[in-house]
Parts: sequence; structure tokens; C-alpha cells
Amino acid sequence: MQDTLFLILLILAGAIRAGTPLLFATLGEIFAERAGVLNLGVEGMMIMGALSGFMVTVRTGNAWTGLLAAILVGGAIGLIHAVLAITLRANQVVSGLALTIFGTGLSSFLGQKLVGVPAPDTFGVVRIPVLGDLPVLGPLVFQHDILVYLSFLLAPLAWFLMFKTRPGLHLRAVGESPATADAMGVSVVGLRYLYVFLGGMLAGLGGAYISLALTPGWADGMTAGRGWIAIALVIFATWSPARAMVGAYLFGGVEAAQFRIQGTGTQVPSFFLNMTPYIFTIIVLVIATQETVRRRIGAPAALGLPYEREERG
Amino acid sequence: MKLTLRLERRLTPSRALGFLIPVFSIVLALCFGAVLLAAVGKNPGVVYQKMFSGAFGSKFGLTETVVKAIPLMLSGLGVAVAFRMLLWNIGAEGQLQIGAFAAAGVALAFPQAPAAVIIPAMMLAGFLGGALWASIPATLKAKLQVNEIITSLMLNYVAIYWVEYLVYGPWKNPKGYGFPGTAPFSPAAELPRLGASRVHLGLLFGLVAALCLYFILRRTKWGYEIRVIGENPTAARYAGISLTRNILTVMALSGGLAGLAGMSEVSGIIHALQRGISPGYGYTAIIVAWLAKLNPWAIVVVSFLFAGLLVGGDQLQISMGLPAAMSNILQGAVLFFILGGEILVRHRISLTWEK
Repeated sequence: MQDTLFLILLILAGAIRAGTPLLFATLGEIFAERAGVLNLGVEGMMIMGALSGFMVTVRTGNAWTGLLAAILVGGAIGLIHAVLAITLRANQVVSGLALTIFGTGLSSFLGQKLVGVPAPDTFGVVRIPVLGDLPVLGPLVFQHDILVYLSFLLAPLAWFLMFKTRPGLHLRAVGESPATADAMGVSVVGLRYLYVFLGGMLAGLGGAYISLALTPGWADGMTAGRGWIAIALVIFATWSPARAMVGAYLFGGVEAAQFRIQGTGTQVPSFFLNMTPYIFTIIVLVIATQETVRRRIGAPAALGLPYEREERG
Repeated sequence: MKLTLRLERRLTPSRALGFLIPVFSIVLALCFGAVLLAAVGKNPGVVYQKMFSGAFGSKFGLTETVVKAIPLMLSGLGVAVAFRMLLWNIGAEGQLQIGAFAAAGVALAFPQAPAAVIIPAMMLAGFLGGALWASIPATLKAKLQVNEIITSLMLNYVAIYWVEYLVYGPWKNPKGYGFPGTAPFSPAAELPRLGASRVHLGLLFGLVAALCLYFILRRTKWGYEIRVIGENPTAARYAGISLTRNILTVMALSGGLAGLAGMSEVSGIIHALQRGISPGYGYTAIIVAWLAKLNPWAIVVVSFLFAGLLVGGDQLQISMGLPAAMSNILQGAVLFFILGGEILVRHRISLTWEK
């Protein structure tokens, strides 16, 4: 009985860790999509974040500098999409795909010599005094690395910013009705750039979490489709940071359970276990879509549409 | 005084730019690649020369380029027909894998069948396999409005793991010394090749598919409906064109073509089902289709170009130890420049001084 409880606790704590990179990336994409820009390049930004985070950490020996580099690189890659989608009014679906193909290729190219290199510094567990000693809650919530704590703060903060502040109102206006926002004197282009950049930074942070905390090291294609799962989670979360947390940990749970089951020497071939997150994504997406259709909460009205100010005659 | 940049919509899109932009995009992408190569201490001139001569400079290179153009052409045509009606099928990679799996299943189940029976049966199986795999996101999109981008992409991972499961597990060749692959097909199940080269009959599939697609899009009611939905969804709805039916049929055609690409790979090149039958043809096909502006004939041409890029990238890996990912970077960069340049086709840019 004790053992089972312990195992469940272990899986749940693992779910939070595995869900953290998804949470960062999902929050980032929610910001971009709320501003009306669909960025399907999350996978590309994440993998570049994972690579640059690890690469800089290897060079400097300090994981914090690596993290900073990952955030900046993620943001910079996001800006490519911003220029194409916002200024040049390119097709956002194809531009996002280009970002992913480009990021995957570039990370593989630059990371060639990093495969198998051990991480000189990682984000280890920081046990929070007193709270960390609590039964159940301690190991579940208060015995993680510092980036997990950061994500605990970031999700509610994002929610507050989005729904309770004036900048949040402007953000949502830009995504729902850019013409109105423009008339209100809000810079549609400026805000869209800002939030696509922020989205890229958060995706880069999520990527760095994978290469510096979750599974320290670099491996080709190590984000393994998490960027795409994050995009699905945005729909699951109905563009709300609070629900993003639920979704991210749900997927983290699938990943953690899969890892545990693999460790037990089960008869189920690993190929089927490896399929589960992707099949699960499809199932969750179907359910989430039904809910959004039923409750009539859809994507931001101007999502994916470039903004063109009506010319005055 | 302030310098302002204005975009003015052109009354008619510029045809000349429509042609020049893809060309310039490739040049700019190569320049970008050169900067990157110089940054990692390689001489770009030498690298590009190696890539070019690797892909087009010898008879072997040239035929290998044709070999790789076949799956790009078939899946590129599949991607294009879906994109024509703004149906974002990015699952060509998985549809190709399932097509290969279905065709291999037929070949392995009937080792005694003569070529005249087994080849058409494999083609049918490959096409149907890809079509059925694509009908999953299509049905979810048509009936439940589920975003097809994510579902079609997720199914790529599922398809790849499925093939891996088979070739490591129940379908593994018992005489294969542990190599992850099925037993070789019977000679009857191999597509005929051109002389001593590896170029196979799949090339004809690609060309015929381009012809068919051109005909469908230009000359049939179905093609007309696809184009109307793609260019003006609202008008399509008022005209009574069924979106549901077209999503299902177009995705089936799209996936079927990718499935046929998978069939032609296993039947024409590998002669077995293996792990890693595609180095991402399904993703490159998306770039091919977009660069070709979704035009079937242009896809044929661009397929050869990108196949050359893949072969050249492989050459770099062999001769210079540079990762083959170089060709992925160039692919992504080409797409960036094309997307960025497209605005010039529809708009005129003017710089003016304003007081």
C-alpha cells in the first residue's frame, strides 16, 4: 500500500516535471495567438532553445547563461515569423512550418559535436524549506528544480495579465478585432511583434528545460514533437493560461507513466508506448474541439489574418 | 521630413515577379547558407561545388537525383491538391509510411504472384493505405471541425512507430541477422528499372499523377470546386459546394498520392519494408509544393531541384563529414525567402518622403 502510494506520487511529480516544457511553450503560443498570430513554428523554436541552452552551458559551464541564450534565441527565431507574418503578410501556416523545418535542420547541424557531451551544469532539485517536508504535497509540489517553480508563478501571472489588466485587454483586442484596437490607438503591429517575440522566448525556455533539466544533454530532434503538442494544448486550454496548466500536466502524466511502464519490463512493445502521447493529443483535441464548438468559444477572431489598415481615399 | 514605406495593392499580380521570386529565393537562401558555412569555418564555394557536382555532376549523381525526385513529386502533388483548397495536410510523411506498409504487406502475402498482378495490387494497396490514413484527419475535420494540421502531423509519428514495430517485431526477416527489416520481396514485386540505374517506373507514376492532377484541377467540375473553395470559401458555400464531401475526397487523393510514393520506394528501391524508408520526403514535399505555387508541372520541376539538394547534402556527409541537415537548413531558408517575397507579387512598394 505504502509502495503504491509512493509510486503514484512519483508519477505525479514526474508529470509536473515532464509537463513543464509543454507549459512554457503553451503559454507562449497562447500569447501569440491571443494577439492574432498563429505560429506553428513552436517545435522549431523549442528545439533551437534546447540546443542553444545546452551549447552555451557547455561553453560557459553555467546553466543560467545557457537559459538566457535559449530564451533569446527562441525569441529571435520567433521574430522571423513575426516579420513574415505581420510585416510581409505571408501565409502563417506555411511560415510556421518553415520555422520548424529550419529550426530542426539548424539545430541538427550546429549540435553535431554536442551529441553525447555531458552537461557541466544543470537545474537540480531545490527543496523548499518547511513546505518541502510536508507529506504528499512536499514531494509533489515543493521538491522540484527552480524552473518548475518559475512555471508555477508564470501561469497565474499570465492569466492575470491577460484578463485583469489594461495591457491584457489591448492584447485580446488586437487578436479579436484589430481594426477596433487600431481605432483605440493601440499599435496592432507593435503588440503583435511583442507577443510573437514573447511566445518565442517562452518556447525557447521550454526547449532549454528539456536539455538542461528534464533530460540534460543534447540529442537530435530531442523535443520529439512537443512543440506540436503545445499547439494542440492551446486549443485544449481554450486560449486560457489557467487551463494550459491542466493540459500540460495531463500530458506530462502520460509521458511520466509511459516512462514508468517502460521501466517495469512490460510485454507491451515500446513502439506502442511511444505512440501514446501523439494518439492522446488527437483524442484530447477532438474532445476539446467539441467543447469549444458547443460553448461557442473559438479561437481569437482575427487569428491567422494579417492586418491591413483600410486605406483612406 | 519622414521616410515612409508604403504598400500598394497591385490591380493584377505581377507575373514576372511570380517567376523571379522563387529564383531569387533560392539564390538568397544559398547566400544565407554560405554565411552559416563560413561561420563554422567551411569554405562555402567548396561546399556548394561539392553539393552541385554530387547531385548533377556525374551519371550516378544525376540518376540518384531522379530517384529521390520520385517520392517528392508524388507526395508534393498530394500536398498541393490539399493546399489548393486550404486544407493543411502536413501528414504526407505518415501517409507515405502507411502506403509503404500496405504495399509491402501485399508483396509479402503473395510471393508467388506474377508481376502483372502484384504490381497493380501493390499500387492499389499503397494508394488506399495513404488515403485511409489521411481520411482520419479528414473525417475529424469534416465531421467534428478538428484542426487537421495537428491531427495529420501527430499521425506521422504514429505511422513511423507502427512501421518500426513491424520491422523490429512480427514482420522482421528471420534470416536478416537482426537487421530491422522484412524479408526481401519476390522479384515480381520489384518495379522495373531503367537500364543499370536505380531509376524505376515510379517516375512514370509521378508524371502521370501530375498530368491527372492538372486535368482534374483545370478541366473537371471537382477541380473547379477545389479551386473555388480555396480562393473564396464564402462564395463556395453560397454556390452550394459541399465542403464536407470535398474535404474527404481531396484528403483521400492527397494521402493516396503520398501512399503511392511509399509504395514506389519499397517496390522500386528497397525491395523490402525497413526502418527509415523516408528521410522526411513528406516534409520536403510541402516546400516543393509551395515553391511550385501548387502548380502540378512546376512541382515536377522543383522536385528534381530539391532532390538534387538532398543528394548534394548526402554527398557532403560522405565527403566532408558535414551533417546532411545542411540541406534541411537550405530548404527552410528557401521557404522563408519565398514567403517574404510573395508580398511583392501582390503589392508595389514605394518609398516616399513625407513632410
